Amino acid sequence: MSEQIFFKVTIDNITIEVPAGTTILQAARQIGGTVAPPAMCYYSKLQGSGGKCRTCLVEVAKGSEKDPRPMPKLVASCRTTVMDGMEVKNITSDKVIDARAGVVEFLLLNHPLDCPICDQAGECHLQDLSFDHGKSATRYEFQRRTFKKHDLGKNIQLHMTRCILCYRCVFTADQLTNKRVHGILDRGDHAEIATHIEKSLDNEFIGNVIDVCPVGALTDKTFRFKNRVWFLKPMDAHRDCPTCSGRVTLWNRGDEVYRVTARKDEWGEIEDTPEGKPGWICNTCRFDKKETSDWVIEGPRAISRQSVIAQGHYAGNVGMTKPTETFKAVNGGRTPHLLLDIHDESEVNQPQLHLGKIHGPSHGDTFNNKIENA
Amino acid sequence: MLCAQSIEKKRFYMSIQFNEQQMAECKRLIARYPEGKQKSALLPVLHLAQESFDGWLSTETMDYVASVLSIEPIEVYEVASFYSMYNLKPVGQFVFEVCQTGPCMVSGSDNIITYIQQQLDIKPGETTKDGIFTLKLVECLGACGYAPMMQVGKIYKEHLTKEKVDAIITEYRSQAAVKN
Amino acid sequence: MGVKLLLDKAHVPGIRTYDVYRREGGYRSVEKALKEMTPESIVEEVKKSGLRGRGGAGFPAGMKWSFIAKPEGVPRHLVCNADESEPGTFKDRYLMEFLPHLLLEGLIVSSFALGSNDTYIYIRGEYAWITDILEEAIKEAHANGWLGKNILGTGFDCNIHVQRGAGAYICGEETALIESLEGNRGNPRIKPPFPAIQGLWQRPTVVNNVETLASIGPIINMGGDEYAKIGVGRSTGTKLISACGNINKPGVYEIDMTISVEDFIYSDEFCGGIANGKKLKACIPGGSSVPILPANLLLKTAKGETRYMNYESLSDGGFATGSMMGSGGFIVLDEDQCIVKNTYTLARFYRHESCGQCSPCREGTGWMEKILQKIETGKGSMSDIDLLWDIQRKIEGNTICPLGDAAAWPVAAAIRHFRDEFEWHINNPELSQTSNFGLQHYADPIHVPA
Repeated sequence: MSEQIFFKVTIDNITIEVPAGTTILQAARQIGGTVAPPAMCYYSKLQGSGGKCRTCLVEVAKGSEKDPRPMPKLVASCRTTVMDGMEVKNITSDKVIDARAGVVEFLLLNHPLDCPICDQAGECHLQDLSFDHGKSATRYEFQRRTFKKHDLGKNIQLHMTRCILCYRCVFTADQLTNKRVHGILDRGDHAEIATHIEKSLDNEFIGNVIDVCPVGALTDKTFRFKNRVWFLKPMDAHRDCPTCSGRVTLWNRGDEVYRVTARKDEWGEIEDTPEGKPGWICNTCRFDKKETSDWVIEGPRAISRQSVIAQGHYAGNVGMTKPTETFKAVNGGRTPHLLLDIHDESEVNQPQLHLGKIHGPSHGDTFNNKIENA
Repeated sequence: MLCAQSIEKKRFYMSIQFNEQQMAECKRLIARYPEGKQKSALLPVLHLAQESFDGWLSTETMDYVASVLSIEPIEVYEVASFYSMYNLKPVGQFVFEVCQTGPCMVSGSDNIITYIQQQLDIKPGETTKDGIFTLKLVECLGACGYAPMMQVGKIYKEHLTKEKVDAIITEYRSQAAVKN
Repeated sequence: MGVKLLLDKAHVPGIRTYDVYRREGGYRSVEKALKEMTPESIVEEVKKSGLRGRGGAGFPAGMKWSFIAKPEGVPRHLVCNADESEPGTFKDRYLMEFLPHLLLEGLIVSSFALGSNDTYIYIRGEYAWITDILEEAIKEAHANGWLGKNILGTGFDCNIHVQRGAGAYICGEETALIESLEGNRGNPRIKPPFPAIQGLWQRPTVVNNVETLASIGPIINMGGDEYAKIGVGRSTGTKLISACGNINKPGVYEIDMTISVEDFIYSDEFCGGIANGKKLKACIPGGSSVPILPANLLLKTAKGETRYMNYESLSDGGFATGSMMGSGGFIVLDEDQCIVKNTYTLARFYRHESCGQCSPCREGTGWMEKILQKIETGKGSMSDIDLLWDIQRKIEGNTICPLGDAAAWPVAAAIRHFRDEFEWHINNPELSQTSNFGLQHYADPIHVPA
């Protein structure tokens, strides 16, 4: 009875089988690389998150095997579940690229672009998003919206001007703490994260709002202006914590612990503990344990080679697989069926050679001598 | 004439609380929803609270509403700040909410708004010095066929002309005089 | 004179009270439905009638009803959408103000068809006095056995509750309305799941417009097939049009959807022509969200055929040369009106009403308003027009709910049809502050409207 049903879904011409109920975004993340749409508001560990930022919009070119009609509008991949036989276009769709560029522009419209003085710089999702999908200049010529800074207790600073209203911190407070004191006030382009009257967020797990914030709106006051993240060496460490899993990343310079964060995976989300639970960390671990002697250091944290944080530090394999020679190896053992028909594109490649039929990697030999093997 | 201190004292003693009749109405509102869904009554209860406590929702009022509905205060702040009919700042005794959207605009609401500003000597969002009138510019109130128009309390004043505006101002001035 | 199904008794003195309404034949459909029909046969009858949702989208009502999930032991709800906030639309207000029992009648029958024992009317907060009228009507209906327990001895229980909103256009969107009814901010939900599966308190819910529900009574009384004979094509039955703007007789009119737009504007039975002897310049035929049409395209389609007041004809030509029936808010603009200013006030409206949940709408509506204000005050540049076009294009279709589309369409249509007026504003920054572009769009004498 409890046999799991699997659906076949094709995203950017790569087919994968996923359990029914998986969202397009999760399926795309299983494929990895650029096939995974960016997500600014969705957070797999927070129930109900997603759907708001619209950066993960994709085109559904074929609804399912049963109902092959394409979906009329682009859909939020984080909140749309796959159907059997569904065909999705992410970066292969001009519509998606265009819409995403629009969303990036909207998100940056009132963003202060104060990256040079922002603690989030270097690990900011909005920076990454703008770099990947944005344009180099803005067409906005009006005054940008600003808010006053707020202290949310002694450890957390709210810099609303940078906020993109992803609602993640609201979900975090709802789901990790028993009493939420901050929320979204006002509406439309005046909406803001606030406590209404100055209140401090003092729940033992509230520090996690800093980790879930995709931008520099919520920052760690014990770390503010202390250092740039790319000067620090991230180290995985743990301690025996009575409150949380105690599994963290320390950000060191020399022997000094500058800050403590939860461990984040390649999508910027909190990693699961070995028991399979989200590895949220408590405020004590985050704000108060700033001595190396508080921790058992496991070793350097693997950081994506693309990240500025990895510059000059460690090579790693988070977020990007090191290129190897063969296409198959790069793509996790998958042989591409058809990515581009060179026959249509080039006279140089011999038209009688069907590239789709070449097994494994093709070399000069394939074309020069071994056509018969193709 | 009350001195500042006694006003403070009065506030303290009165502290925000529904009287018996208001509480009965509040209970009636909550009873319309299934058991455990009392948060659904939030909008109507906020209306009731606004009417009961000086026409606006102070933080104390909102905290009180939260306690009545057994929800967190932030949930009340979130909702109260979302909807345009809740005043989060003190307002005058009578609030002129003048519509400025398309259909009213094509029927000449601009002139009416300018005229009211001149007559009351206040800008939109302000309250007259005597605390009687507040002028608010609002978006479509669903009286497009009877434009230009404004809402005062529960009442719609439609087909506005300068003469009508004069009459309305006089009418509410005298009402205010009776009350005070 | 066309057929009148909703407003035929509107002018009977005292029709607002139960006694007069009943004497005039009211509540017959409840008797018929509860005693002689089953919920399934009522849904069938509504499907046959071809009734389309009167809130704006025009989705077939019977079909919507048939989607409702019926899990064992889970209550279902019918919610009446009376959050009429679309600029130009005031038909539901008229219905509720003068014929509250007509709505209740439709609500009781519909509640029976959908199995809703607790039905809610979500009315916009500003309609405070109408809330009182409805509460009074509900009291009367209770007293006369049309509401409460065991209605007409059929074992069906039904209560109707009125909840006031508090000033948010977005709550007219059905999932935002449900959120608001639950006591939350009016943020539209991400669909799926649709309300028919998980709506109010996660229970199966149908949300229908006031006019849609008021039409249920007449449909049950006359039968779906008879109802479908009125009107034309897929525009069956009668539709309320709330006409406003620069016309002689603004008001709410019931039409049977066979009348031409020209007749509707100029005949004395309806709008009575353009006010003050002016000429027609443009019209927004279905509430502020739908594309504005210049007079020539309003009266005749691009093919030169007469345009009629129905769903199909008004949308003939798509958005390139047509518009939409929408909610029936018919806004007429005369020769003295400035399209740029009109578009600006609408853009301001949508910025004000955006819930702020998703980024294209939150940021895009404000941006469009600022650019339009810039052009309107004579500070615009030519590139602003193309920029506006690009912004609206990037909002449309990319938002959680239709408010994004509703904000984009008026801007798109204004530029599409009146680009010359925008350019004139930009080229004549000073002149445009004191005078008007007028009817220069119709430089071609063939296209000058009568």
